[in-house]
Amino acid sequence: MEAGTAAGERRAARPEIALNGLRPERRGWLRWLTTTDHKKIGILYLFATFIFFILGGVEALLMRLQLAQPDNTLLDPETYNGLVTMHGTTMVFLFVVPVLAGFGNYFVPLMIGARDMAFPRLNALSFWLLLFGGIAFYTSVFFEPPQAGWTMYPPLSDDAFSAGGGVDAWIFLIHLSGISSIIGAINFIATIHNMRTRGMSWGRMPLFVWTILVYSYLLVIALPSVAAGVTMLLTDRHFGTAFFDPTAGGDPLLWQHLFWFFGHPEVYIMILPVFGMISEILPVFARKPIFGYKAIAASTVAIAFLGLLVWAHHMFTTPTPTVVLAFFMLASFTIAVPTGIKIFNWIATLWRGQIVMKTPLYFAAALPGLFVIGGISGVILAIFPVDWYLHDTYFVVAHFHYVLFGGSVFGLFGGLYYWFPKMTGRLMSDALGKLSFWLMFVGFNVTFLVQHSIGLEGMPRRVYDYDESLGVGTYNLISTIGAFVLGIGVLVTVVNVLISIKRGQRAGNDPWQGNTLEWFTTSPPPPNNFDVVPRVRSVEPMKDIRREVAAAATPGETVSQPVAPRSL
Amino acid sequence: MPRRLLLAAFSLAAVAILIGAPSAFADAITPESGGSPNADDIDTLYKLTFYIGIVIFLLVEGTLIWSLVKYRARRGGVADQIRGNTPLEIGWTVGAATILVVLTVVVFLYLDDIESPPASGPNGLSASQAQFASVDQPDPPKSGGPILRIRVNGQQYLWRYDYPGEGQLFSYEEMVVPTNTTVVLELEASDVIHSWWIPKFGPKADAVPGYVNETWFKVPEEGVYRGQCAELCGSGHADMRAKVVAVSPDEFEQWSDRKRQEIQAAGEDLAEQRKQREESEGD
Repeated sequence: MEAGTAAGERRAARPEIALNGLRPERRGWLRWLTTTDHKKIGILYLFATFIFFILGGVEALLMRLQLAQPDNTLLDPETYNGLVTMHGTTMVFLFVVPVLAGFGNYFVPLMIGARDMAFPRLNALSFWLLLFGGIAFYTSVFFEPPQAGWTMYPPLSDDAFSAGGGVDAWIFLIHLSGISSIIGAINFIATIHNMRTRGMSWGRMPLFVWTILVYSYLLVIALPSVAAGVTMLLTDRHFGTAFFDPTAGGDPLLWQHLFWFFGHPEVYIMILPVFGMISEILPVFARKPIFGYKAIAASTVAIAFLGLLVWAHHMFTTPTPTVVLAFFMLASFTIAVPTGIKIFNWIATLWRGQIVMKTPLYFAAALPGLFVIGGISGVILAIFPVDWYLHDTYFVVAHFHYVLFGGSVFGLFGGLYYWFPKMTGRLMSDALGKLSFWLMFVGFNVTFLVQHSIGLEGMPRRVYDYDESLGVGTYNLISTIGAFVLGIGVLVTVVNVLISIKRGQRAGNDPWQGNTLEWFTTSPPPPNNFDVVPRVRSVEPMKDIRREVAAAATPGETVSQPVAPRSL
Repeated sequence: MPRRLLLAAFSLAAVAILIGAPSAFADAITPESGGSPNADDIDTLYKLTFYIGIVIFLLVEGTLIWSLVKYRARRGGVADQIRGNTPLEIGWTVGAATILVVLTVVVFLYLDDIESPPASGPNGLSASQAQFASVDQPDPPKSGGPILRIRVNGQQYLWRYDYPGEGQLFSYEEMVVPTNTTVVLELEASDVIHSWWIPKFGPKADAVPGYVNETWFKVPEEGVYRGQCAELCGSGHADMRAKVVAVSPDEFEQWSDRKRQEIQAAGEDLAEQRKQREESEGD
């Protein structure tokens, strides 16, 4: 009944963006190739980045196999260094950053009640640039993958020490994915500033949209720095310049400054939108409003600002004056405050709620629990004298995996389970979801908790081999076993997606009793998203609507929109 | 009831592990130390932060898990519609900031001891062993015995050490140093970036081409201390090992004399060979 009337209205609706009339939609695979619909582009992003995630994961497992025992000979050092570089680059540039662009693409317009992004064709360009950047990078597997690490420090990455084309493929990827991200970021900024529906003031904007806005500004500020850096590296390699070549008056540390001026904000680019996601998920499943909405929005902006001032904490062991080190230590300390505020706010959101224990909540609630470990090790690493010991050891590897896997990836999986019904119209299996969660949670901690100890015992990162006398053989074996459990956990979610996409239980418009406008429309939403958009009166427009509908409904009358199809 | 019992047993086990772990695995959860006073200071600083971190960790995980267990949805249950609590929010902001201010103070208290090389000990290399006192050497930071400055050069994939004094003295991979003597390393690299690190000595320092970086250590006990390059420097990175052999100052004297003579003899040999070759070529 609800579908009938909604569909009737949908056909009659006039699209909001109609420059030269509405083009007829293509059929078959051409539909995906030529689409400018933010939802289809979002799906393309999610699909492509997930493939890259699997590739990066396989690379990680190969490395873990090599490290499972001391003096292992499974991989030679060149292959191992190639895997180190591919894994880092893939996860940062081809998974976490673009997968967030995917979620943002799909849900920002829906959450602000818009009918598409501000520049739909630029949006398509963003995706295709990213995909071809990724393909260009991965073709290097067939000749010589880059081996200088994802940070690509010169002189090692210069032509004298990395003559093969792998570094050039990497530079190509950074340029293409960089242009893709900048265009995408401008698109998000224009959309969020201009296309919010009636009544959605800044103080009523969903927190996920807040974080995507901040993510976009950070991308616009940070990416030009690395773009400049890789261009200089390219001319150093092929056109005779010597920006980073000390034998001709260049400076290798200049690269590190340019790279980390981008690289550290990149960390927040990768985590802030995920913070936004769980700020949406936790209140829905706790049946409570978010605790301290303004504090969470403000702390996002504060983290982004401070995140631009801490880049040299990646360079504590370089020849740098103490006063500079002290500044970057204090700036890094400061970030702990807004981050702590967020964690306390999330816990306070759960406090005295009525928590519905579904898969999205599992992943979302794991985030503060795991991120706090990465946060504490982050403060330890920010103390530069202590970093002199820990820098470039497995302790650092453990730290940033707690932040990026325990934080970003767990949050992203929460987002996937939360929004999958909106994107496909079907729920994912809760049993498989929880199985996947527990495998991932246990596997993750087994893999990375012990890596703190591996680092403290003195094992540097990025080594293909270690001596038995270092005494970390057992720890490494534990870590490898954990990595495979983690891998199986991820695989269970892949299977869950494949099963649920065809056979999942029908979700209806609003399976979770959500707070934000994406739950107002059908699942999946029609091409124009909304026929009518309600006026927004609070930060939880759907809650207002449910209340109004409940008040208006007289006994015996069926309520068609937008009540959950079944109780939870 | 069994469930509650299980939970109690579980939390008891968790507490036992947390209390037992630091003593049982103290080495596995703290930095290596004992090779140099700065390493000991870093270890102390790490532990202080770590203990504060443990308290915060338990607080956060405790309230998180407690909330998740206690506030599960119940039939007919109604969630409290709390939107915020300004005094509480200001409280934890100020609380977090206070912890960091305290931490900053503690770090600056330890900083000088970690960073500035002290004087050598009384039973270290003595001032009379003048061959190591180079003329261009800056004043020792604190009054006391002389410090030994070694120039360390990182190359794919080994370390070269150049000692000061009359007559050439250098070695590769294995560095010999006297105990109780402050050794200041001046780090350079001749190809790509390397990083010098002996875990038991504490700090690592990058050897960057075009720069001279500095670090120091002062070994109290004789022994062999091992480490390896800590900055990805190419395919041989994992095999770029470093070894420091600490011996008594007297033994060090003997070693350096012998080594200098060897190097000189080898140099003379080489010159002799060259001369002979030139002569034979000249014929």
